[in-house]
Amino acid sequence: MALLDKDRIFTNVYGFQPWNLKEAQARGAWDNTKDLIARGRDAIIDEMKASGLRGRGGAGFPTGMKWSFMPKQPPLDQNGNPKPSFLVINADESEPGSCKDREIMRHDPHLLFEGALVAGFAMGARAAYIYIRGEYIREAEVLFAAREEAYAAGLLGRNAAGSGYDFDVFVHRGAGAYICGEETAMIESLEGKKGQPRLKPPFPAGAGLYGCPTTVNNVESIAVAPTILRRGASWFSSFGRENNKGTKLFQISGHVNRPCVVEEEMSIPFSELIERHCGGIRGGKDNLLAVIPGGSSVPLVPAADIWDAPMDFDGLKAVGSGLGTAAVIVMDKSTDIVRAISRISYFYKHESCGQCTPCREGTGWMWRVMERLRTGDAHVEEIDMLQQVTKQVEGHTICALGDAAAWPIQGLIRHFRPEIERRIEERHGSLQQAAE
Amino acid sequence: MPKVKVDGVEIDVPAGATVLQAAELAGKEIPRFCYHERLSIAGNCRMCLVEVKPGPPKPQASCALPATEGQEIRTDSEMVKKAREGVMEFLLINHPLDCPICDQGGECDLQDQSVAYGRGGSRYHENKRAVTDKYMGPLIKTTMTRCIHCTRCVRFSEEVAGVDEIGALYRGESMQITTYLEHAARHEMSANVIDLCPVGALTSRPYAFEARPWELKKTLGIDVSDATGANIRIDARGREVLRVLPRNNDDVNEEWLSDKARFQVDGLMKRRLDKPFLRRDGKLVPATWNEAFAALSTLNPGASIAAVAGDMVDCETMFAAKALLGALGSTLLEGRQTGMDYDTSSLAAVNFNSTFNGIETADAILIVGSMVRWEAPSVNVRLRKAVKRGARVFLIGPEWETTFGGEFLGEDLSVMGNLPQHVVEVLSGAKRPAIILGGAALGRGGLQAGLSLAGQFNLVRTLEDGTAWNGFNVLHLAASRMGGLMLGYAQQGGVADLIAAKPKVLLSLGADEVDYTRFAESMIVYIGHHGDKGAHAADVILPASAFTEKAGTYVNTEGRVQLSDKAVFAPGDAREDWTILRALADAFGVTVGFDSFEQLRAAMVAAVPALGVEGLADYGSALPSGGGSASGAIAYPIKDFYMTNPIARASATMQRCSAELLHGEDFAEAAE
Amino acid sequence: MADRYIEPDTPELRARWGNFAWTEANAAKAKEIIARYPEGRQRSAVMPLLDLAQRQVGAEENTQGWLPIPVMEYVAAQLDMPIIRVVEVATFYTMYNIAPIGRFHVQVCGTTPCMLRGSDDLIDACRARGMKKGATTADGIWSFTEVECMGNCASAPMVQINDDNYEDLTPDRLDAVLEALLRGETPKAGTQDPARHTVEPVGEPTSLVAMRTENHDYRSEW
Repeated sequence: MALLDKDRIFTNVYGFQPWNLKEAQARGAWDNTKDLIARGRDAIIDEMKASGLRGRGGAGFPTGMKWSFMPKQPPLDQNGNPKPSFLVINADESEPGSCKDREIMRHDPHLLFEGALVAGFAMGARAAYIYIRGEYIREAEVLFAAREEAYAAGLLGRNAAGSGYDFDVFVHRGAGAYICGEETAMIESLEGKKGQPRLKPPFPAGAGLYGCPTTVNNVESIAVAPTILRRGASWFSSFGRENNKGTKLFQISGHVNRPCVVEEEMSIPFSELIERHCGGIRGGKDNLLAVIPGGSSVPLVPAADIWDAPMDFDGLKAVGSGLGTAAVIVMDKSTDIVRAISRISYFYKHESCGQCTPCREGTGWMWRVMERLRTGDAHVEEIDMLQQVTKQVEGHTICALGDAAAWPIQGLIRHFRPEIERRIEERHGSLQQAAE
Repeated sequence: MPKVKVDGVEIDVPAGATVLQAAELAGKEIPRFCYHERLSIAGNCRMCLVEVKPGPPKPQASCALPATEGQEIRTDSEMVKKAREGVMEFLLINHPLDCPICDQGGECDLQDQSVAYGRGGSRYHENKRAVTDKYMGPLIKTTMTRCIHCTRCVRFSEEVAGVDEIGALYRGESMQITTYLEHAARHEMSANVIDLCPVGALTSRPYAFEARPWELKKTLGIDVSDATGANIRIDARGREVLRVLPRNNDDVNEEWLSDKARFQVDGLMKRRLDKPFLRRDGKLVPATWNEAFAALSTLNPGASIAAVAGDMVDCETMFAAKALLGALGSTLLEGRQTGMDYDTSSLAAVNFNSTFNGIETADAILIVGSMVRWEAPSVNVRLRKAVKRGARVFLIGPEWETTFGGEFLGEDLSVMGNLPQHVVEVLSGAKRPAIILGGAALGRGGLQAGLSLAGQFNLVRTLEDGTAWNGFNVLHLAASRMGGLMLGYAQQGGVADLIAAKPKVLLSLGADEVDYTRFAESMIVYIGHHGDKGAHAADVILPASAFTEKAGTYVNTEGRVQLSDKAVFAPGDAREDWTILRALADAFGVTVGFDSFEQLRAAMVAAVPALGVEGLADYGSALPSGGGSASGAIAYPIKDFYMTNPIARASATMQRCSAELLHGEDFAEAAE
Repeated sequence: MADRYIEPDTPELRARWGNFAWTEANAAKAKEIIARYPEGRQRSAVMPLLDLAQRQVGAEENTQGWLPIPVMEYVAAQLDMPIIRVVEVATFYTMYNIAPIGRFHVQVCGTTPCMLRGSDDLIDACRARGMKKGATTADGIWSFTEVECMGNCASAPMVQINDDNYEDLTPDRLDAVLEALLRGETPKAGTQDPARHTVEPVGEPTSLVAMRTENHDYRSEW
């Protein structure tokens, strides 16, 4: 029961056809968007809730519910004027392994712009800012051009798409900072500051961009919304298991024969995803060592546990990991697994914003110990110490980057402790030999 | 008032309180580094983590979390202990263990809290981070490897000082605090970051390696470098004042101190008058006290004697001189050294009536002839707060770089009589309007014109909530001014009246700004502590005490009576001022009615009862109606913030600040 | 990161860049950028303006472009922003070059997904050409940085050179790209695997077959 092409939302995900408005409309984008909006805010939000869509940015928070948090009556500013509300679209795709939003933006940008209008209307937003990571240079160029097309066609701006609703969409480019994918860091960055996460509360729905009510949604969550509304919540929720509904862009990288990005239904078993779309594991199923199933932040899962696991939020939680962004990093038995995780530790050290103590100091410490574990230049007790340090970081930071830096290491220690100990013993052995 | 439980004890906390404040109300100490009552909440150090239910199953930063009804807060659980140990360990892994050579040692939050909340040893076996030091000017010494990135200094300069010049560059573990291009911090409150820094990253440059805190004798005093009466702590070892720190007083200086008040004290050891001098053959030659008094006893001035008080003298000194002159039959007293002669018949008309706290709440402020940043830096901080709350500020006088915006209306006093329409509208429509007249606005009819504006805009009023509001303010520059006025140190014609009287003897009480050439025929007796302008003009020098060397009463520009204690003894043969005046009475053959400081103070309070009560003196709220017109270009009296008094002028630190910060001289970082 | 530093503020730097001003085209662009943000929120434009300035500097000196201190001051002045806040932004985000840079900025992604597919070999290939991490070659042509995940994981390993990505690289394919750049050509960006279009599984299609040949509308099949 593979997902049929007709049930794929991102039909131009590979960019075989032009991204432009005319072609996008021929594929179904911007098809009578006015009617969608005419359903009204509550109906749209109810439909999104019923669809079971959970945020595609990693945390998996129900999208419809998130929209419903936006105030129906805008709060007033100092002078008694109503504050505008904003939609911020998180296109700061930087989680190692993740590369799906890029394909949406460069190959099907109009799905995103249409989604922005529908979502923005549903939450009463005045405008949307698409925050695209700075390294997506050509992708941003497509967004700017597609935006021009949409404005020229009257689909955005005043009386957007003939709906009677005024709505602007702006594109804002980042400049190289993973942390800006965190919603409050993104808001700070949009305000022209360093991307350092804010303390919560207040939450963005209360006081976000410029102190105004703001919702931050992932690109994929926004881009799927018009299709869900057109085809109905029941269509979308016909895919995937309970609580894990819908279709999803999976990104498979690493040691598979044919890495790719592919839209599949949620809950597809790992084995099926790999066999059907990726040509199987390099060197065959038995050559699989471990998988990081949801981007670098989630703990790795050993081969035995992942093979039959359903690729969804609950299925991966059950094997001690998470769906994250559905960025599946596959590692075969040739992998230096300690190095693979150590490189992720380096990534978090590099991307820590430096604001709060445990992350600023802890990520560097963890990476340095990881590097010694990689070469075996350590004592066995240091494995436990490292585990404790990860626990001292996890849950003690302002944002989730601390957790994200801790979990991969915890996963490694949980599943590959014997390998780490082996290296330590081996090195000590060789040192002893050398001394003799 | 939400009810919360802290470690099992139920308490009521004020609405809007944070969990940290709730815990403190319950008597629980919450360790912290980044949190500071007077700065915005950063929540970045993570030291104040506590366990809060309901909430996620992880510790919460108590500094940023609002206390809400029914919360259960635990500061004593295993989770909290572990969290504190963890954060402490992270803070220390890259912090150098150089406490033995760190000036913060003994008064270091990191040191104290690591003892209280840290674990016994370190598990960190990697190399420690090293950070290059940043130049922050002549006052702030940096050792940036010690920095724990709490960002208090960044927030202070942005929020309080209003001069955005400190930032945190780079990111992650490479984050570094610096001033822009390592330029010196350029404002009058810059050194407050030294107090704010919880570790030894920012320390006092002039005080570097001078002393350990436990060696110092701490005395509570009042600053005399301006008229705000900042509350200070004078730290001395032996006979030397090593440093001055601000004391917390929400009504006066909050917990800030201007750089001048903090760092001029090295001038107390320089150019001191430590023995009497007599002018012989046109030259000042050293003398003994006996020789000096012998010479003075031959003068027999009778009533032909006048006294002029300097800017930094205490009320007791002024009262003692007044008593001496009174015994001789003279009332020729003046403190306005530069010749001002504004009407002082109503003290309310020359007082900062709003109070410093009150001016924060003003919603429209007209400042005339005051460069507040230099004349009263701590009031400038209040003005910035007022503007942040929404106040509109207008200024008359030459433009200066404000830290709070504001609109300059013109440079001439005549603008007061001809305010632009929009200014009139804002002042008329304001609920709490205020006017601040600076020293440069009091003469040439300025005070009278200001008083008539006070009438026009109804500055004295009862507010909606029934409290009284008096928006008429005079911002003086001299610490002795209000006390002097209360003691009658004002002639109708100002110093000119003294000149006209051609007194046989002129007593100069540390008066260094008087034009002594106008007293060519008088015998000038200088009672003061520094060999500055006054001493140069003197015929007799009687060495006296600086503000740190005597107890005294000071009245600030709000009319706030405050007492200062004696921290150290005056150098050499110098004596406390009142004893000199008492001895002079003997030399002149009169009696003044006191033989001890207690008797002097009692006599002073008997004469002016308000000086006996600490706090705001009551001058009444009635203002004279004023009138007339003012005109003339405004020129601010302070030309160099760092050189306004004899102590500052003698201070090497202030000289360097002046040269480097105001006159752009380069100081190579030689030999460091 | 650790080796990032701001190019010192010297008289020579002032002389060279002290008179920096937008070109006419960029002045218009800057105006349009500032208008993207609500009135009074012009600080939001600091990131795009720094990027624009970096590009203008790059165009002037035929490099990727960087941000001399006077240029940052120029941006700060335009946005009425304290300069220290601009420097904070410029040093926080890694894409701002705060020291001079070469003509081609070879940014090899070294994060795990690329590492698994051979980024080590790409780094070696760069080194073999005399490039050093964090440095510019003496001829000023190559600047070489190992960067963190660039979001091209399904077509790893990859290198970003100035504005273009080159994906599915091998040392030979990378060499070919670098040689083409040296010759002044514009090599095809994107995947360097001749059998691949973008991020579809290489070889036999597993989905969306119809889209390969026509702009297929699936709605009739709903």
